[in-house]
Amino acid sequence: MAPLIETQNINKIYSLGDVEVNALKNVSLSIEKGEFIAIMGPSGSGKSTFMNVLGCLDKPTNGTYLLEGIDVAHMNRDELAAIRNKKLGFVFQGFNLLSRTSAIENVELPMLYDGLPAGERKEKATAALALVGLAGREDHHPNQLSGGQQQRVAIARALVNNAPIILADEPTGNLDTKTSIEIMELFVRLNGESHITIIVVTHEKDIAEFSRRRIFFRDGVIINDEVIRKDD
Amino acid sequence: MINLPSTLRISFRALRVNKMRSALTMLGIIIGVSAVITMLAIGTGARQRIGEQMASIGSNLLMVLPGSTTSGGVRMGAGTQPTLSTGDAEAIQKECLSVMYVAPVLSGVAQVIYGNQNWSTGITGTTTNMLYVRDWPLSAGRPFTDEEMRSASKVCLLGQTIVDNLFGGINPIGQIIRIKNVPFTVIGVLDAKGQDPGGHDQDDTVYVPVTTAQKKLFGTAFPGMVRIIMVKAKSADDLASAEKEITELLRQRHHIGQKQDDDFTVRNLTQMMQAAEQSTKVMTLLLGAIASVSLLVGGIGIMNIMLVSVTERTREIGIRMAIGAKTWDIRLQFIIEALTLSMIGGVVGIIIGISSSEVVSLIFGWPTVISPVSIILSFGFSGFVGIFFGFYPAYKASLLDPIEALRYE
Repeated sequence: MAPLIETQNINKIYSLGDVEVNALKNVSLSIEKGEFIAIMGPSGSGKSTFMNVLGCLDKPTNGTYLLEGIDVAHMNRDELAAIRNKKLGFVFQGFNLLSRTSAIENVELPMLYDGLPAGERKEKATAALALVGLAGREDHHPNQLSGGQQQRVAIARALVNNAPIILADEPTGNLDTKTSIEIMELFVRLNGESHITIIVVTHEKDIAEFSRRRIFFRDGVIINDEVIRKDD
Repeated sequence: MINLPSTLRISFRALRVNKMRSALTMLGIIIGVSAVITMLAIGTGARQRIGEQMASIGSNLLMVLPGSTTSGGVRMGAGTQPTLSTGDAEAIQKECLSVMYVAPVLSGVAQVIYGNQNWSTGITGTTTNMLYVRDWPLSAGRPFTDEEMRSASKVCLLGQTIVDNLFGGINPIGQIIRIKNVPFTVIGVLDAKGQDPGGHDQDDTVYVPVTTAQKKLFGTAFPGMVRIIMVKAKSADDLASAEKEITELLRQRHHIGQKQDDDFTVRNLTQMMQAAEQSTKVMTLLLGAIASVSLLVGGIGIMNIMLVSVTERTREIGIRMAIGAKTWDIRLQFIIEALTLSMIGGVVGIIIGISSSEVVSLIFGWPTVISPVSIILSFGFSGFVGIFFGFYPAYKASLLDPIEALRYE
């Protein structure tokens, strides 16, 4: 079986006027279904760029990116949007929930763009919120929720379309230590129970501890790729 | 996949959040639409009134006026020279093929007395043909008979205004009224006709046989003289040929040499009316066009606000894109917002436009007509404005880079 994610010699070159910045240099990586990965590295190392490419938010300048065996590097905007909708769930540092919109409506959003009928949307969104421990808070607005709760709403939103992959970019960056641990434990649980592949970008060692594989970036190349614990 | 009800809800929510801003943006459209509706209502009303007046004067009308006299080198106005006669009228009726009816007119102003009431009015000496020329039926009684015409009988037909002023509730038929102290028997009442295009009350008149007018009321040194001759052509197409035939005939009858000027004038009343109608049409268009400019300005207002809104909500757009919104999902969201603004503005504008037309009618007494066409037109136009001016901001939003948009603070 083909790996869930496979990148071959991915390059990303930004042109800033006359200067060309090579943010990713021949990155080749393979990720299997059910892995829990931490991508680490100092700022400017290319880890965020790599995350954007993995998240189909950005296209590599050249190279191949196979997602479930399908080449997504050359798809157009709308095809990429459909991939993001179906295959990928995003969790951001700043939560990125729609303000003035209730928790359940935020969670319903991906299904809205998938064209699901209202009844099914509500049902699935309620279930997803219950899964992240927010049952009963469906009608709360983001400004009525704590940071940890907001991040749980974001995770429910990432889960709701049954995406096989969750990409989390510094998911605990805005949270205190206790809440950070709760969020990471939620990821561990989702990874263990539902075999969702989780990729977390972080620069905190404590957070990376939760993962089973750590990939270090520096100057656009992978300098270290270590598997901590074997799958049991 | 585009989910319309949800997209609508998203748009409505965005508009509700900025109530004041949405209301002000709509105001532009409201003013535009109501201006268009009011202006068209005024224009259409004016046109309709002119049309009605045209119909009340009678269709396909020519008026033959006597020429002007010259007294010691001073030329007097048209109609000062007594050149037209009953004979001319009869000749036109007989010889001119394009002519349907001819009615000579000898008129004057006199005091009309009935019992203890009196009224000053225009007395028109004419023939029964006048009723056909003017398309003016009787509401009661009968027209003049040939015998009455020949014998210059003292009979008369009354306009509605005269009946109202002299008789009150009494049936005037068979009553005797005195005109210049000459007793006349009322034999008929003319239908109410209302104002003519000049604003004169057409019902304020008394018809008597032209022979009677000549002999008993407004006698002059010229027997058989009439003031004007009214002519009805067979059809609108015959107006020009009738004018030509009459001119030729009268030049012959009046022995006018090749190089001499006519001693009469033929006026085409229908043409004059049509010109007046044409000018109101142009006026309506002009008013509508000016009002449309304000609708256009309202549209630019929508575009302005939508552009601000897109910038403010860059991050929201980024989130939506990240979780799977496609190009048209984003575009539709903003187009629907613009459309909602302009359509609500359009509906309110229509309501205000209709009420202000009524107010204009009430205060200035101008007739206003609100046509369904103008309502549909302005509503459709406001919808078009919404889509047209909403598209560019929506287009801009849909082209944002999701990564940039997500980073936007």
